[in-house]
Amino acid sequence: METTFTPVSAAIGGVFIGLGGLLLYLFLGRIAGISGIIAGAMGQREGRGWRLAFIIGLLVGPSVVLWFDPTFHFNSPLLSVTVIIAGLLVGLGTRWGSGCTSGHGVCGVSRMSTRSIVATVLFVGVGILVASLINAGVAYA
Amino acid sequence: MRNHLFAFIAGLLMSIGITYSQMIDPIKVKAFLDVLGNWDPTLLVVMVSALITYGIGFALIRKRTKPVFAPKFHLPEKRDVDRPLVVGSVLFGAGWGLVGYCPGPAMAALLAGSLGTLGFVAAMLLGFVLAGKFPLPAGTK
Repeated sequence: METTFTPVSAAIGGVFIGLGGLLLYLFLGRIAGISGIIAGAMGQREGRGWRLAFIIGLLVGPSVVLWFDPTFHFNSPLLSVTVIIAGLLVGLGTRWGSGCTSGHGVCGVSRMSTRSIVATVLFVGVGILVASLINAGVAYA
Repeated sequence: MRNHLFAFIAGLLMSIGITYSQMIDPIKVKAFLDVLGNWDPTLLVVMVSALITYGIGFALIRKRTKPVFAPKFHLPEKRDVDRPLVVGSVLFGAGWGLVGYCPGPAMAALLAGSLGTLGFVAAMLLGFVLAGKFPLPAGTK
């Protein structure tokens, strides 16, 4: 699976991710942890409204990019047992570990939170280990 | 209502960033994690750019006593590196490395994605529920 290094769109995209997180903190006083926000919208009635609004924004984002650039394309995995197992691992892991790439990796590391730095080193490290050593045999469309 | 509007815009900005940076493409993510293959450092640029943006903004916002629309800032209260954090982050990393999806990109890809995206998100949501029902004991390391 060969891809090309695309630093400019990566840097611009990163600024958008950071700005979205800042907006949520400045106006609502909330950390933009995506796994926590989705789980919170499912599990608790209090604060469900703003969490659902955030999730709708997440769902709409790609349409906006496609509207500006109709040639934009991204791959998606085909359905397989590996994909289901991975989804389950990500769901359990991010809840037990109190966060994912956004909450720990971006917000937490920026705040120099020890817990978030440890979590990020662990999930990036294990992610590299699994992706590099195991050929999971997932097909993409 | 304005809470909802700003939460929506925050989710939208993050999703545009996730999409435009190609973090939404699990092949691109796996090309970053698979350091033994044709390593693509794109995701590193996304993370560093998001970290710098959030870090600068967070330092500026920190001078405020409260958010614009809420009575107080909500920051995580846990400080210690406990077992759920470690176990959870390891499991999350394994799932991330298997397929190349973390919660934000998987959710963002849902409407334009494949049946595999839907399966991953369904399994992830099940993982959220299970982790909520069966919390890990927090024996501090």
